[in-house]
Amino acid sequence: MEYKAPVEAYAGVVREVTIGTGRKSLKIGGENILPLHFFDEGSNPNPARFALEIIDMQPPDWPKHAVEPFQDVISDPVKWARRCQDFTVDAVSIYLMSTDPAVKDAPADKAAALTREIAEGIDVPLIVYGSGDEVKDAEVLPRVAEVCEGMNLLIGPVLKENYEAVGKAIMDHGHTAIAQSPLDINLLKELNVKLGKFFPPERIVIDPLSSALGYGMEYSFSLIERVKQIGIITKDSMTMMPIIANLGGECWKAKQAKENKEQGLLWEGMTALSLLLAGANLLVLRHPESLSLTKETLEVK
Amino acid sequence: MPVAGSEIVKMLPGKKPCKDCGYPTCFAFAMKLASGGATVDKCPYLSDEVKAKLLDLLAPPIRLVTIGSGDNAVKIGNEEVIYRHEKTFVHSPAITLLISDKEDDAGVEGKIQKIKELEFPWVGVNLKPDLLALHFESGDKDRFMALVKKVHEATDVGLVLISEDMDALFAARDICADRQPLVYPITKESIEAAIPRIKANPTPVGLRAEGVDALVPLTTRLKDEGIEDLVLDPGSKHLLDAIRDQTFIRRAALKQGFRPLGYPTIAFPCFLAKDSLKEMMAGSVFINKWASVIVFSDFDGHSLLPILVQRLNIYTDPRFPMAVEEKYYEVGAPDESSPVLVTTNWALTYFLVSSAVEATKVPAYICVKDAEGLGVLTAWAAGKFSGDMVGTFVKKSGIEDRVKHRKIIIPGKVARIKGELEDALNLEWEVIIGPRETTGIAAFLPAHAKELKGKS
Repeated sequence: MEYKAPVEAYAGVVREVTIGTGRKSLKIGGENILPLHFFDEGSNPNPARFALEIIDMQPPDWPKHAVEPFQDVISDPVKWARRCQDFTVDAVSIYLMSTDPAVKDAPADKAAALTREIAEGIDVPLIVYGSGDEVKDAEVLPRVAEVCEGMNLLIGPVLKENYEAVGKAIMDHGHTAIAQSPLDINLLKELNVKLGKFFPPERIVIDPLSSALGYGMEYSFSLIERVKQIGIITKDSMTMMPIIANLGGECWKAKQAKENKEQGLLWEGMTALSLLLAGANLLVLRHPESLSLTKETLEVK
Repeated sequence: MPVAGSEIVKMLPGKKPCKDCGYPTCFAFAMKLASGGATVDKCPYLSDEVKAKLLDLLAPPIRLVTIGSGDNAVKIGNEEVIYRHEKTFVHSPAITLLISDKEDDAGVEGKIQKIKELEFPWVGVNLKPDLLALHFESGDKDRFMALVKKVHEATDVGLVLISEDMDALFAARDICADRQPLVYPITKESIEAAIPRIKANPTPVGLRAEGVDALVPLTTRLKDEGIEDLVLDPGSKHLLDAIRDQTFIRRAALKQGFRPLGYPTIAFPCFLAKDSLKEMMAGSVFINKWASVIVFSDFDGHSLLPILVQRLNIYTDPRFPMAVEEKYYEVGAPDESSPVLVTTNWALTYFLVSSAVEATKVPAYICVKDAEGLGVLTAWAAGKFSGDMVGTFVKKSGIEDRVKHRKIIIPGKVARIKGELEDALNLEWEVIIGPRETTGIAAFLPAHAKELKGKS
C-alpha cells in the first residue's frame, strides 16, 4: 500500500476584517485553511491575534496573582490600558463592567468618554465589550460608537435582542461589530443573517461565547471547530467571519484559577490554546503571563 | 472508513441459502458484519485466507492497544472520528510521568508517590495520571534494571520502557512483561534484530521514524510478522510539525482507510519543551490533537489538574450531556435551618451552583432534579423542569425531614414556575426566586441564611 500524504484543500475563505485605523489597525481572518494547518493547500495571512482585557473599574474579585502585573495602575483604566502594551499585545479590550445595572449602573456618557480616552491613549486597536445587559447595552454601546466616531473599534456584544439599535450605531459611526450568540450554531447563523440585512458582513466578528476549562470549555471548543469548518469546508457565507474568543473573564472566575498562580496561568493558557486550535482568530486574555505562555507554546522547539 | 456490506457479500460463499450463520441470506449476514452486529466465525464455509481478509476489512480503522494490566490497564486507539463533534472521542490518552535512571533515589521516590497519590475528584469522576515511563539514560544497565525492578515492585501501574539500547530495552521488558509494557523505540535500524526479541515475549511496541511516511514500512514489516499492538511516533521536532504529523496519521487512518497508519500515537512534550509550564501547555495541544500516550518530565498537583480536566473535557461524549444523580446534595455541614436550593442535573449547572455555594461558606442543601442533563432554562423549555415535576421531586427527595423551615430557592431564570411549584407542594413551602446567574449566589445566599437562622 502506497502512502500519499492526506493534504486537503477547501473552497471557503474567512472574510478578512480590519479593526482600528491607520497605523493602529489590525487584520484578522482571511484564511482558507483550518487552524495551524499550514501543511494543507491554502494559507492564513493573519495568524491568531491576542488582546489583554482591562475593566473600567477596580476589579472586585481578582486574586492577587492576577492583579500583580497591574498593581500600580489597576485603579486607572487609561494607565492600565497603556501598561498592556508592555506585553506585546495586538489589541486591548475594555469591559464596561461598571455600566451593568447589577454592578454600578454607570451612565453611558461616562463609559463613552472613558472609552475614547483609552482608545486615544494606546497604539493598538481597542475592543469594547458592554456589560451584556441587552437593555443597558442598547443605550451604552451606541453612545460609545458615537463618541468614538470613525475609530473603527471592535464593539459588542451585539445580541439578537438589541442588534438593530446597537448594530446600526456601530455601522453609522464607522466601527466593527461583535455578533454574540449563546453557544448554538443556529442562533449564531440567524443573528448574522438578521444583522447582515443592513450591516456589511466584512465588518462582523463572531463571538460564540467562550467557556473556561472545566466549566464547559468543550462546548465552546466543538462549536468554534464546527463554525470554522462549516465556513471553510462547506463555504457557508454566514459563518465565514473571524471568531473572537473572549475567555479571560470566564477563566479567572474559576476557583482553580484563583487558588494558585501556576494553576491559574495554565487554566487560562490551556483554554486559550484549545480555542485557538478550534479556530478562534482573536483571543482575549487577562493575564500577561498566560498570554505569553500561549504564544510561546506554539513556538516550542 | 467503514466497509460496505455490498463489498463483504462478494467474499461470502453465496451459493446456498444455508442459514447456518443464523441469517436468511449471505447478504443479510454481510450487512450485519459491516455494522458490527455479527462475527466472521458464524459462517462455517470460509477458507482461512478469506476469513483473514474479512477480519482485516472489518477491523477498526485505528487499532485498540492495551498497555498495563489488571485494574491499571489503559486502552488506547479504536477511535472513529477526526473531530469530536462528528461523534465522540473514545479512549482518553494516557497521561504519563517520565522517570530517568539518572535521577537520584529521592527523585524516583517522589515520582512514584506522585503516580500513586495524585488524584482529584471532579463532578462525580476521579481524575488521575495513568502510566510511568522509565528512561535509560545513565549508560549503566544495572542502574536501569534496578529502576525497573523498583518501580515494578512499588506500583501496579502500566509502564513505558524507553531505551535506545536494545539489550537494555528487552532485558527491562523481561522484568515487567506481566505488566504489558510499551517498549520504545523500535526504529528502522533496530527493527530486524528486534523482531525475534519482541516475539519471544510479546508486549506493545512503540515505533519511531523520521516522519509519517517512514513509519509505513515499519508497521507493514511488523504486521507481516503478526506483531500488531503498535504505537506510533513520527519523530516530530517541533509542536507545529507534531500537529501536522498527528493530523496526517489520523486522516490517513480514518479518511483514507490506510491500514499501515491505523495505530494510536505517542507524544513527548517532555522532550519538546524546556520549561514546565510550556510542557504542560504542549501536552494540552496533544490532547486536542489525538495523541494517545503523552509523556511529561514532571508535574505537581497544580500543573497536573489542568491537563486532567482538559482531557476530561475533550473526551466527554458531546452526544450526551454529563449529568449528576438526582438527589439532594449537602454543601458543608448543613443543619435543620440551612438554605435549600433547587437546580437541574446538568453536571455543569450543578458544578457552578455548588462551587458558588461553597464559596459563600454557608452550609446548604442543593436539590438536584433529573432534567436529562439539561441546563435550567433549556430544561424548563423542554418540559423537564416544570413546577409540578420539581414539586414531586422535592417531596420524595427526603429534604422535608432534614430542614425545619419551608423555604426553597429556585433559579431566577425560571421565576415563572413559582406559582405552580407552590401548588405542587400544597402551599406548604414558600418558593423564593434566587439569582439569575450563579455569580449572584455570593450576595444572595448569606443574607437568606441569616434570615432563616434568625427565625429558627
